[in-house]
Amino acid sequence: MRRVPALLSIFFVALIATAASSSRWEHVPAKDHARANPLASHPETAAAGALVYRDHCLQCHKADAMGDGRKRPPLRSERIRTATDGDVEWFLRQGDLGHGMPSWSSLPEAQRWQIVAYLRSIQ
Amino acid sequence: MTLATLRKHFPGTFFLVVCLLWLASIPAPAQDKPYFVTYSHDLEEPGNLEIETKSAIAQPYGGNRDGAMAMELEYGTRAWWTTELYLDGQATAQDSTVFTGWRLENRIRPLMRDHVINPVFYVEYENISGADKTILEFVGHDSQADLAGPNGDLRKDHQHEAELKLILSSNIHDWNVSENFIAEKNLGHDPWEFGYALAASRPLRSAESGRECTFCAQKFMAGAEAYGGLGNTWALTLGDTSHYLAPVLGWQFPKGVRLSFSPTFGLTASSINRVYRVGLAYEFEQVGSWFHNFQKGGQ
Repeated sequence: MRRVPALLSIFFVALIATAASSSRWEHVPAKDHARANPLASHPETAAAGALVYRDHCLQCHKADAMGDGRKRPPLRSERIRTATDGDVEWFLRQGDLGHGMPSWSSLPEAQRWQIVAYLRSIQ
Repeated sequence: MTLATLRKHFPGTFFLVVCLLWLASIPAPAQDKPYFVTYSHDLEEPGNLEIETKSAIAQPYGGNRDGAMAMELEYGTRAWWTTELYLDGQATAQDSTVFTGWRLENRIRPLMRDHVINPVFYVEYENISGADKTILEFVGHDSQADLAGPNGDLRKDHQHEAELKLILSSNIHDWNVSENFIAEKNLGHDPWEFGYALAASRPLRSAESGRECTFCAQKFMAGAEAYGGLGNTWALTLGDTSHYLAPVLGWQFPKGVRLSFSPTFGLTASSINRVYRVGLAYEFEQVGSWFHNFQKGGQ
């Protein structure tokens, strides 16, 4: 029975250590970095992305996409401007769970690309 | 009729109208999977509180028709950790309406990145009575006979149980495929019981149309669940176990309310022949910041 607390301790230490590492921009695989937005040529993509943004992103990043000035970063930023479409889509898919950003892999891929188009349109 | 007249003469209706207007002013939150039993690796967004009712209408063989409801309060503690409290109750025809207990569960994503298969650890403590008919999981040799007795007798059976689940879930193109492996232990002297739940679903349309709509295909998700018991450590067999197959349909209302429905079909003699499930959910965004702002205001 003494093993149970020890195993639980190891589990939680491992969990915290894993939480400390996270998916950051510098880890974007080359294949994803090179991807272009397949919906970029559709004129309604950014408008559709605005609706997806409102439903999923606005609560943290605010209507003006400037974040809350504390933990939720602005999305009108140099980092977004210099990232490729593939970088942004990868980051949406991965999230950054250790720093509070959920993974949006649950969204259909098309909607993630629509968000990317919207973010491009507001830079 | 004006709102003032409504308020004066029909205060209940006025309250309902105010609530609906308030709901209409809030954007829709994330579209969750319409599963009733199976968990995917989707967790609650940090700071959000989702309140959901899951109802099950059934008639076990030899028993009266019953309607059970679990109210679920789900809070996103962290992006990788979700905590939930369930409050369960049921009403049985020609019998009584009873509160049947509560459950506290935690779901933790140990891996911070999205993978082909994403594991989630699930730990739950249940303090429920034998009269609980919400049937949110089937384990061991659970049978419809367990639910057929009068509430007075069923309530005498107190169940203090710990439940562990390994949730594995994948998003493949627009499909979600989830597998849950369940181990449950009554903290008395009963054996470990095992069960499973499998599910797959997808939105009817992938891309957002770009216009406000209620009945657009992208607002609907469809799929199916299968779940059942796998015996226990005293009898690790499929004999006398219950198994179910259930198509599921989810509808995300434009203003934040999510409705889901599932007719469930029993596949074995131990299974309830039919169970009709209805879920209704609403998500309150950034509840944590309400308290933060309240504290700031008080200073």
